[in-house]
Amino acid sequence: MPAEVRIRVDGVVVSVPAGCSVAAALCHAGRGATRQALDGAPRAACCGMGVCFECRVRIDGIERLGCLTRVAEGMEIGCDA
Amino acid sequence: MRELRTEILVIGAGPAGIAAAVSAERAGARALLVDMQSEPGGQVWRGQWDKPTNRQSRRWIAALRQSPVECRYGLRLVDFAAPGLAVFDGPDGSLRVRCERLVVATGARERLLPFPGWTLPGVFGAGGLQVLVKNGWPVAGKRVVVAGSGPLLLAAASSLRAAGAQVLLVAEQAAAADLARFAARLASHPAKLVQAAALRLRLAGVPYRSSAWVERADGDEQLRSVRLRIGRYSERLDCDALAVGFGLVPNIEIAQLLGCTLADGAVVVDEQQHSSVAGIYFAGEACGIGGVDQALIQGEIAGRAAAGSARLSFGLRRARARSERFARALDRHFTLRDELRHLAAADTVLCRCENVGYGAAQVCRSQRDARLQTRLGMGHCQGRVCGAACAFLFGWDAATPRPPLAPVPLSCFTASPTEENPQESP
Repeated sequence: MPAEVRIRVDGVVVSVPAGCSVAAALCHAGRGATRQALDGAPRAACCGMGVCFECRVRIDGIERLGCLTRVAEGMEIGCDA
Repeated sequence: MRELRTEILVIGAGPAGIAAAVSAERAGARALLVDMQSEPGGQVWRGQWDKPTNRQSRRWIAALRQSPVECRYGLRLVDFAAPGLAVFDGPDGSLRVRCERLVVATGARERLLPFPGWTLPGVFGAGGLQVLVKNGWPVAGKRVVVAGSGPLLLAAASSLRAAGAQVLLVAEQAAAADLARFAARLASHPAKLVQAAALRLRLAGVPYRSSAWVERADGDEQLRSVRLRIGRYSERLDCDALAVGFGLVPNIEIAQLLGCTLADGAVVVDEQQHSSVAGIYFAGEACGIGGVDQALIQGEIAGRAAAGSARLSFGLRRARARSERFARALDRHFTLRDELRHLAAADTVLCRCENVGYGAAQVCRSQRDARLQTRLGMGHCQGRVCGAACAFLFGWDAATPRPPLAPVPLSCFTASPTEENPQESP
């Protein structure tokens, strides 16, 4: 059983594998989208390498890219960036 | 705001940057290596810092571990406040680095092209999904279509399969005749890896189709299916993920910002990897797409040259010539077909950040005109995605980026610096 960390996604506590990226953690948590486009359409991680900015989320209050950030215990993630 | 001083600043810790920093130190200079990811390796050696999987990465990662090179991760370059004064932004705030010489090794990104449905969650770059999976994205048991162009498709399909994905199909847009000619040139090392990846896929029963591409992706909140063109036929495939990339494009924003001479979308360098601007060297795919072997050789040359050791050994010259042959073969045999210019409908989003449609962009004269008229390329990614697409679709030159190169907090530019000594920091 791989180690897990607990994070909060839009206020809901979820357990995700330790060491994975925030983008991957959101997928583990069943969140298909990381943000909404200007027309309200769902968007999610795409380029995986910090180029497209589609996986931007609010991490502990600061806007960051989910694909470039590793999860950590107690992280607070908001999908409203 | 923290401030560091170094002799040689190396931006980008992929193979080229690692080789440059290690070689500069070996040649007697002080180097500082910075990358926006949380560990070194770039895209090609992603996740290998703790467990290298091949001889090359094992050798260079060990060399970096043993080298006195100072490393800083999780920092993205946003501007040069002055010549030789780089401004980075990261989770712990901004960092300024004063340097005497600069080696830029920022690699390449995938070329993503618009087609109906390409913005749906579940549609990724081909290398994009590969690196997401390396960082824990759960793909086991999922049905994946891999599409686009280039040897990267095979590498992506291979590693997705290894992670437990069910790869339904690899769709390569190039024609079979071109692929055969590319395969016939497989004498050099990187090409052998491509060949090995193709063989593994065939043995695993994954269909590989040439003259095949994705025409559209469908789904509501999430990708459900794709429609493919395979030769003269059209076929619908239900799937959970689409990994689609049309080759790589050099990351040249820093070169543009510094006013370095470019040609064909890549940075022009001399035999010492020196750009047109004094004291600024480039290595790896920013100088043209050529794979990991070429990146390592160019990194080694750039690092030594920046450290003042300009003489090239016979071995390095020969290795560079060999890697250049592979790069030329890549270019010639994976040319993108014209049909890919006509996949997007007028209302298909072209600029993903500002939601500018293909139709609105199409009537503009240039990237700059499209910026002014539609805000295309002015969102978060600053045209990194749609700029490369427009270059292919409309033949536009990339617009010159303006600092900051990425969205940053204002404090990045307003806080006063506190000096930090690189030798003393942990």
